[in-house]
Amino acid sequence: MEAVLTPEIRQQIEACYPKYPTREAVILPALHRIQEALGWVPPKAVEELAQLLGVPPARVQDTLSFYGFFAQDQPLGRTRIWVCRSLSCGARGGEELLEYLCQRLGIRPGQTTPDGRITLEVAECIGACDYAPAILAGRTLWKNMTKEKIDQMLESLP
Amino acid sequence: MPTFEPVLLANVGKPDSHTLKVYEATGGYRTLRRVLREMAPQDVQNTIRASQLRGRGGAGFPTGLKWSFLPKDDPGPIYLCANADESEPGTFCNRVQMEHDPHQILEGIILACYATGASAAYIYLRYEYHLAYERLQRAIQECYQAGYLGRNILGTPLSLDIYIHRGAGAYICGEETGLIESIEGHRAWPRTKPPFPATKGLFRRPTVVNNVETLACVKHILERGVEWFQSIGVPPDPNDPRDPGSFGPKLFSLSGHVNRPGCVELPLGVTVRELIEEHAGGVWKGRKVKAVVPGGLSTGVLSAQELDTPLDFTGPCKAGCLGLGTGGVIVLDETYSMVDFLYNSCRFFAHESCGQCTPCREGTAWAYRILKRIKAGRGRLIDLDLLEEISNSIGIIPGSTICGLADGAAWPIKTTLAKFRDELEDYIRRTNPQGYRSTVPAEALPV
Repeated sequence: MEAVLTPEIRQQIEACYPKYPTREAVILPALHRIQEALGWVPPKAVEELAQLLGVPPARVQDTLSFYGFFAQDQPLGRTRIWVCRSLSCGARGGEELLEYLCQRLGIRPGQTTPDGRITLEVAECIGACDYAPAILAGRTLWKNMTKEKIDQMLESLP
Repeated sequence: MPTFEPVLLANVGKPDSHTLKVYEATGGYRTLRRVLREMAPQDVQNTIRASQLRGRGGAGFPTGLKWSFLPKDDPGPIYLCANADESEPGTFCNRVQMEHDPHQILEGIILACYATGASAAYIYLRYEYHLAYERLQRAIQECYQAGYLGRNILGTPLSLDIYIHRGAGAYICGEETGLIESIEGHRAWPRTKPPFPATKGLFRRPTVVNNVETLACVKHILERGVEWFQSIGVPPDPNDPRDPGSFGPKLFSLSGHVNRPGCVELPLGVTVRELIEEHAGGVWKGRKVKAVVPGGLSTGVLSAQELDTPLDFTGPCKAGCLGLGTGGVIVLDETYSMVDFLYNSCRFFAHESCGQCTPCREGTAWAYRILKRIKAGRGRLIDLDLLEEISNSIGIIPGSTICGLADGAAWPIKTTLAKFRDELEDYIRRTNPQGYRSTVPAEALPV
């Protein structure tokens, strides 16, 4: 079976080595690289990463499963949308916007649209309370959101 | 009061304020040059200790004292971790600093490393801050090119590398030993202390963990002096020999039901009322205040009668809150339900409990379940007693957990029950007429 960690991903991971005195410390940045490249962290990637770093696969899995940020079961959609609903955003309409997005996309939080375009997530405080209610779509922070702006946002996404 | 001149946010709003060119044009790295030339590391430590600077990340621990816990004559390496995991609900000032003035933080880090003998610094940055990441990364590159980082900085024996370590969406990584575990590549379970990070921290080496706002203050204290720093804020309480005072400027994040949310810099000791009325444009929609979170969700709530509470390191405590916290002020207007507040708070902490200590893992989860039930109209009055019992038994203060996350979960519950119990009872009576018949806890628990 072909390796899921391409030479390019391996290179990016190895580029992190000089930053840390141990290989274990590379696990978290490596998981980020893998998820960015593959859209998730499949079990085979865990094995290959463990082998690359010279640590037991259980060590990688332990770290991976702690951070809810990484997708272990299936690839994420092309864009991951985080809707903040912590106090500042929640008190200014975040929960209603989340409900609206669920309706528009026909999915619940944690799910991906059948066409693989969008994964919808609920976020705890994303540190954008000055722009509440805020939504993070991929790397873009959408500020002072309304239903109309959600429509615009959805149109702009690939 | 003399006019207050902001320093932490002085560059915010200038075009290209995040670049080295603009930072140097406004006097940036001049302090670093002077300190490396004129001061020994111990002098820097002494200055920071004399300034009585206290940590800006939430706990308010005196920075100079923290540094002094490092072992003397350690062969190294010593590490410095800059805590930029800002995840406390209602807090975003570190983001503003990193996006608009990353070099100010880097200069503070370099000075702190010089003082403490650290040879590498890790900035623990939460993953969601993409713009801050790009700008910090660019700023670090500029520093290497300009000779402010790397080997023999500015021709002196000082050598230092700064790395950014990105988090992965876990609130607990803001706790200093959780942060250390996370850099080491592990699940971010806080460590039992002692040993403290100063003796056995990152990679089991002596380590200092400081918030990025604290590190920025270090730069300004060294630039402007101890007298300047102590001319701002609140002096120590003469009746309390243990009170080191609340000196210096502080960033406050203003959000919630106000007209102008945003980050402002003011002297410690500013009142909540001043913040809302003069700096946040008042409560939105012409409404009145019902409750205010003074310093991030963990600190609990103030009622509308407590708006004259000064935001210094002791003010919020006197009003029953956990402390100054992060300076994240969240305003809730008169139409907002305190049931919704407590529901939101309990959901957050149940989600963010790392699961290591049973009282926190179970306590936060059950508090959330109880609030879900109350919100859904199936609450019982006895649930409020149960919540009180949970809030009194989880955390460092009752002594049942390793870190303070559970104290942060408990304080919103305690303060809401203390200040808004009537409203909660009224909600339960209205939504569940059977609810005020007391039941034994065992019957009340199953949903």
